[in-house]
Amino acid sequence: MSEPYIRLTNVGKKYETKTGAVEACGDINLEIKQSEFVAIVGPSGCGKTTILKMVAGLQPYTSGTITVAGKRVESPQTDVGIVFQEAIMLDWRDVLANVMLQIDIRKMDRAKYEPIARSLLKATGLEGFETKKPYELSGGMRQRVSICRALVHEPSMLMMDEPFGALDALTREQISMDIQRLWMETRKTALHITHSIPEAVLLADRVVVMGPRPGRIVEIIDIDLPRPRRLDRLPDRFHEYSTRIRDIFKSKGVLAMD
Amino acid sequence: MTLVSNSVKPDTGAARAFAISALRKLTPLAGVVGFLLVWQIFVVAWGVPAYLLPSPSAIGHAFINQLPLLISNGWVTVYEMLAGYALAVGIAIPLAIAITSSRRFNQLVMPTMLFFQIIPKVAIAPLFLVWFGVGTTPKVLVAFLISFFPIVIDAAVGLRSMSSEMTDLARSMGASRMQVFAQFRLPTSLPYLFSGLKVAATLAIAGTVVGEFVGADKGLGYLLLVTNSNMETALMFATIVALTIIGLVFYYLVELLESYLIPWHVTHRVELGTM
Ligand SMILES: Nc1ncnc2c1ncn2[C@@H]1O[C@H](COP(=O)(O)OP(=O)(O)OP(=O)(O)O)[C@@H](O)[C@H]1O
Ligand SMILES: [Mg+2]
Repeated sequence: MSEPYIRLTNVGKKYETKTGAVEACGDINLEIKQSEFVAIVGPSGCGKTTILKMVAGLQPYTSGTITVAGKRVESPQTDVGIVFQEAIMLDWRDVLANVMLQIDIRKMDRAKYEPIARSLLKATGLEGFETKKPYELSGGMRQRVSICRALVHEPSMLMMDEPFGALDALTREQISMDIQRLWMETRKTALHITHSIPEAVLLADRVVVMGPRPGRIVEIIDIDLPRPRRLDRLPDRFHEYSTRIRDIFKSKGVLAMD
Repeated sequence: MTLVSNSVKPDTGAARAFAISALRKLTPLAGVVGFLLVWQIFVVAWGVPAYLLPSPSAIGHAFINQLPLLISNGWVTVYEMLAGYALAVGIAIPLAIAITSSRRFNQLVMPTMLFFQIIPKVAIAPLFLVWFGVGTTPKVLVAFLISFFPIVIDAAVGLRSMSSEMTDLARSMGASRMQVFAQFRLPTSLPYLFSGLKVAATLAIAGTVVGEFVGADKGLGYLLLVTNSNMETALMFATIVALTIIGLVFYYLVELLESYLIPWHVTHRVELGTM
């Protein structure tokens, strides 16, 4: 067994607020191997964003240890591409320049990465929109641009925090397929946060199921389905996995079916 | 209701859109014309003496006949206003940057700044006269003081308006402090900065006139005082018209610069405005 790329050991987070400490999550033990796609599902407020930000080094943790590539996370990780829930666009840059922002800030070779940016845009159906400004795009297109921006510098990790949260069902499905395809081409270590059970099962090698706040990991489920997984040919096992996760939520009182 | 209105509108969409847009452009103009017309009729019909309230046509005459006088004095006012405004912009923006980069500095200067802002500018204008005489300086200073505060405040709000997620994005890219400022924070602040610049643009002309009221031998504010004491009411109104034109032109120039520099913001606003 190779050393896990991301390792969380007994990680917990308490936010200090005016009304006292709020425990966002605790006892988080999780190992993510290189090139593995892990999805975290859980009810709102169970600390999913908090976990992602702690792993990315954007938020300090208050107990336990997190290591990435063997090194303890103590400051913002930069070998990463992050897609946030809301597409963060720089309105003053056009679509291509928004993707190339990643390259500009890192002072990487523009000539080398511009073709990569263009091919990513093409792969996500944004060919011909390179010179459009963000305000001329739909919400789904903006989110695609941020996915391209998270991948253009070829980072080792891809982190997505409910990237489809604000999108309609059809767009969600389309972008899910885009992500699966891009991930299969590059095999980056991916941490994907969602509260959609089918989306987690569709994309992930393993699904981490979390209980309500204060967030604990309830179960980690291996998704043993061949890729590429297709929404129009979902095997019965796909539904079995979904039902299993749904049952866990029901038993935790998160989902009431009647 | 809807049935009726549908059946009486057989014209094409394009023609209708044109009519609507023409109507939208003409509506404000019609308001102005109507107002002037009522004014003219009122003055003529009631025989209001010209020294009390001249008719719009008399003001128009005065404006055209005395145009050289208005221009020579107007130029002085414009010059003082622009100097004061430029000084305000030049000091306010760096100050806003300093305030938003250092909490300590913010605590240091904010109360003092607020204190100076609360003092009525009209009250310190005479003091400037004592210190600097009747020349250009006191007018520039009053224009500066009056337009300074909105720029600092709005620029500071803008520089603080970057979302925490955008901050996280910048950090995950390993952006340096300078990069965060130049690539994220400063462009994000521009819409706010421009709202301050526009408010300041409308105030600067008022500040200049206040400065001229207190003591001057030229400028439109001076002309106002002279025409007032000579009971040349028509010329006085013409002077007010000149001041209004200067103020409007200046405001729209700033707005033009805004639409040129931050088209993304302006487009967004126009969309909202026409909904
Ligand atoms: N900056 C903060 N200060 C105080 N408490 C916070 C802060 N951020 C999050 N929390 C608390 O921590 C808990 C977990 O928040 P988090 O954003 O990680 O949840 P989440 O699982 O991402 O939820 P969602 O699915 O709604 O995005 C919440 O209950 C919230 O109240
Ligand atoms: Mg969240």
